[in-house]
Amino acid sequence: MTTSVQATTASAPRFSAIRIRNGALVSIANVFLLIGVLLAAIPFIYMISASFKPQNEIFTFPVQVIPKNPYLDNYTTLFGETLYLRWFLNTAIVAVGRTALSLFLCMLAGFAFAKYDFPFRRVLFVMVLASFTLPFEVVLIPLYTMMVRLGWLNTYWVLIVPFAASAFGIFLARQYALALPTELMEAARIDGSSELGIFFRIALPNLRPALAVMGIIFFQASWNDFLWPLIVLNDSTMYVINLALPTLRGPYNDQYGLVLGGAVIAVIPIIIIFFAMQRYFIEGIMAGALKG
Amino acid sequence: MALSSDVSPTGRRYAPGTPTGFRLWWHRHRLTVIPYLYIAPFFILFAIFLAWPVVRSFYLSFHKQQGISTPSFIGLDNYINLLADPRFKQSLLNTTVYALGSLLLQIPLAFILAVVVNSKLVPWANAKSFYRLSYFVPLLTSAVIASLMFSILYDYNSGLINSYLMRAFGEEAKVGWVRNASVVKFSIILLLIWRFTGINSLYFVAGLQNIPKELEEAAAIDGANWWQVLFGITIPLMRPVILFVTVTAINGSYQIFAEPYLLTGGGPRDQSLSIVQYLYNTGFSYFNLGYASAIGYTLVTIIVILAILNLRFFGAFREDQ
Repeated sequence: MTTSVQATTASAPRFSAIRIRNGALVSIANVFLLIGVLLAAIPFIYMISASFKPQNEIFTFPVQVIPKNPYLDNYTTLFGETLYLRWFLNTAIVAVGRTALSLFLCMLAGFAFAKYDFPFRRVLFVMVLASFTLPFEVVLIPLYTMMVRLGWLNTYWVLIVPFAASAFGIFLARQYALALPTELMEAARIDGSSELGIFFRIALPNLRPALAVMGIIFFQASWNDFLWPLIVLNDSTMYVINLALPTLRGPYNDQYGLVLGGAVIAVIPIIIIFFAMQRYFIEGIMAGALKG
Repeated sequence: MALSSDVSPTGRRYAPGTPTGFRLWWHRHRLTVIPYLYIAPFFILFAIFLAWPVVRSFYLSFHKQQGISTPSFIGLDNYINLLADPRFKQSLLNTTVYALGSLLLQIPLAFILAVVVNSKLVPWANAKSFYRLSYFVPLLTSAVIASLMFSILYDYNSGLINSYLMRAFGEEAKVGWVRNASVVKFSIILLLIWRFTGINSLYFVAGLQNIPKELEEAAAIDGANWWQVLFGITIPLMRPVILFVTVTAINGSYQIFAEPYLLTGGGPRDQSLSIVQYLYNTGFSYFNLGYASAIGYTLVTIIVILAILNLRFFGAFREDQ
């Protein structure tokens, strides 16, 4: 006891020597970090600001961050003269559908992997995990051919179903379900609860944080998807936002106001989720690194 | 009088109400059967939409298939052609440059940011959480939106970046961000730095916070200077996080598609063409499905080899892990 006290008191002056007391260094570091924050924010601010400007003002220099006369035509044109509302709804339907289906598949299977013992459990799980390392581009060609045969091109199914069985999802679900106390399940079993009852009345309510985290991951992945929709959608009424935005540039590649207005609206749902469920959003983003 | 259902097929008598037949079997085996029922929906979709296409794609990579024609076996020809294909080699080179940009510029930058934010150089807790929160901003956009934003910032005549360059250094300072063949790869790396430095920095901050403070303080007490603490304690203990970030960055870079596709379309003269875009063009513009599958499997091979090299480099196979 005494030695440790002595050690700390004795070391205090030496330790403070390496502590950075230098105000100048602290200022420099923070200026540097603030510039970083600014650089991260500029494209974002620029996008919002330019979406409220007419075409000929977007490129005026120096930039007016807050437009003198906010110009709403980009937004009225988006909703009045393009299919933007339809694209937004398509994106939302697909994102909600895929999230719901993925959550159901992954939670049920992840729960089974965590809480039941059955033959081939390890083999099956390792198989799913191994698929995790594959870049999904490798299945593009056969999957596309399959979608053609199924007649699924330009439908919601083509975006909802094929990527719903998420390897990362089942991995996360199992990880969360492992933390459920087994005693809780056994007590319910003794009380005569059916196995399905255990899943719906005991597992799911206790796994709500996992549902939130995984739901956000699935939703964002679907919302931001680009390559797959590009391949399987060619009917503009079925477009999702990401596919439609580049086409808004128009034939001369210069209708930037429309593109930016569309982009601003497209980011809003993600921003709402971020602020409403910040804890789960961050946990979801960090999940890969910390659970892995 | 026993009801007939109380007599099992073997003739044994049970007390009334005891389950028999299917119900008895179910009662005994449900804990083995139920997990299979639970994993079945997942595995059915997994088999149809992932496992089968993975196998089919491997099969196709040894075949010639043009559009809807019947695949004809050509052995290793697709792979041999790929090795001699200048466009493929160019896309491989470009994609490798993107990966190197992540490794040499973005990850070190993210690491420095994390160390600084986590150090006493940012003494205020509020400032620490403000910085961490601001790192999320680029992540709220998709690759598509980020590319569209940057295509406006990169505009040659009146984009924001060239406007400032012009004002500061005159007309000659304008850079052809998306039209100059020797600059485009850097423009795309810049976009990737903007999008991913923040998130990687967050991973590093999380890793740094897991290192027990006592270790670093004990080393400092023993007279180690800041650099010695960094290289002797912090970085070795951060190995798992560095491994994760590196593998993720390499995977992401080799699978890049939307950014070059939307910013430059792969040009000029294929100088920004990525492997995935070449696969996409081959498969969905030229309908050369066998060849595209071979590109896909070459990509798999590259990613798997790089992941194994990384695991070895960071010593994940070592005994003490």
